[in-house]
Amino acid sequence: MSDARRILIDPLIDNNPVTLQMLGICSALAVTTSLLPALLMCVALTSVAALSGAAISALRKRIPNNIRIIVHMTIIASLVILVDQLLKAYAFETSKQLSVFVGLIITNCIVLGRAEAFAMKNGVVMSFIDGLGNGLGYSIILISVATLRELFGAGTLLGYPVLETVSNGGWYEANGLMLLPPSAFFIIGLLIWGIRTWRKQQVEKPEYQIHEVHRTDVY
Amino acid sequence: MPDAKKFDRDSISNTLIVAVGLSLVCSIIVSGAAISLKPIQEKNEEAFRQRIILDVAGLMEPGGNIAELFGSIESRMVDLESGDYTDAADPASFDAVMAAGDPALGVSIPDDLDLAGIGRRAKYAPVYLVMDGPSIDQIILPVYGKGLWSTMLGYLSVAPDGNTIRGLRFYAHAETPGLGDQIDKEPWRAQWVGKLVYGDGDQPSIRVVRGTVPSGSPDAEHLIDGLSGATLTGNGVTGLVQYWTGPHGFGPYLKKFRDAG
Repeated sequence: MSDARRILIDPLIDNNPVTLQMLGICSALAVTTSLLPALLMCVALTSVAALSGAAISALRKRIPNNIRIIVHMTIIASLVILVDQLLKAYAFETSKQLSVFVGLIITNCIVLGRAEAFAMKNGVVMSFIDGLGNGLGYSIILISVATLRELFGAGTLLGYPVLETVSNGGWYEANGLMLLPPSAFFIIGLLIWGIRTWRKQQVEKPEYQIHEVHRTDVY
Repeated sequence: MPDAKKFDRDSISNTLIVAVGLSLVCSIIVSGAAISLKPIQEKNEEAFRQRIILDVAGLMEPGGNIAELFGSIESRMVDLESGDYTDAADPASFDAVMAAGDPALGVSIPDDLDLAGIGRRAKYAPVYLVMDGPSIDQIILPVYGKGLWSTMLGYLSVAPDGNTIRGLRFYAHAETPGLGDQIDKEPWRAQWVGKLVYGDGDQPSIRVVRGTVPSGSPDAEHLIDGLSGATLTGNGVTGLVQYWTGPHGFGPYLKKFRDAG
């Protein structure tokens, strides 16, 4: 059981797909201007990651090596279409805001990465938990970024006013930069800095060091 | 399982079995979901369309009942060629895009008039009349045309003088996120309010310019600021608004209002 626990907890901070592995940054920029679409995106990605992990793991002994990526993509794409259809039926307005980004889960590196790295080598239950853990790790980052962006960019959370903005007669001057994509880069960058200050083992060693050429070396 | 050792998953037969089997299972799941969820999705689309009509008319209240609010709007069919009302079709169930393709219900648009890039249009079109007591307060016209990537569908609201724009909103398009999709965002939409479609004569003068409208321009009442990075989407909007307010679109219908005023 401790194995399952470790697989679930590890991707939350210690092996986070966004802040450590730098995957899924594209959608982290695009859907985090407000909290509601970000939450929906998290649910969509987590369910696709968990279910595709389980499905691929169940078929792993039969999947021929030479077409395995195509098989992964077919399974992932079917699940994404399924999620997209469900959102269009039951969360119509928010799914309009997510527009193409639900469809783009198909190309999200986290999902394919877990399929290739974990589900092909492990059992069904473990693969499901692994997908769930990685989905949740992605969700933590997305929700933190979206909370900061919506709060400081529009003064609201989930559409409810928290900081009364000047345009509504309050005191808070909304920071428009927060609603533009670059702010997500800044926030993710700061998050990574914060996490690596806290968890020193995540700091990478420099890949090379500049060799100081001394005057005497030339001769 | 003695067979398991001999099982070769890379054999051609297994590759074919997995490929065909998986495609079959996945396609059944996907099409099953699409078909079973279609009625709910269509209801959502319809409610969304009605909400956009209410929005462009400025009647949408937060938390309001869409069906109830929409009930106060009068829907009529217009014969586009003569500009008269007609009972030939039911505005609630009329699908303009489908009817355009029908040989009996559609007409093809001459190339030089086809500013919206749609090829054919239906003979009839619905209009939505927002009433203020017995008199008309707003005329809401369905408009659509090609943008850069997609067909953009929306509603144009015109004042009863048949000339002043009261609002423009799109309910479906697939223009570039962040650039062309600004056509559906508040700051850009707000510019349309109060602009005039026609100058002298029956040809629409309204258009989206490249860059910003020069201040003090004599045509400013017909010009809309362009969106930087979305010139082609802006051209598409110009085309579809000019087509649908032009002589081959709602021109004859709107002319009756202009002449009456």
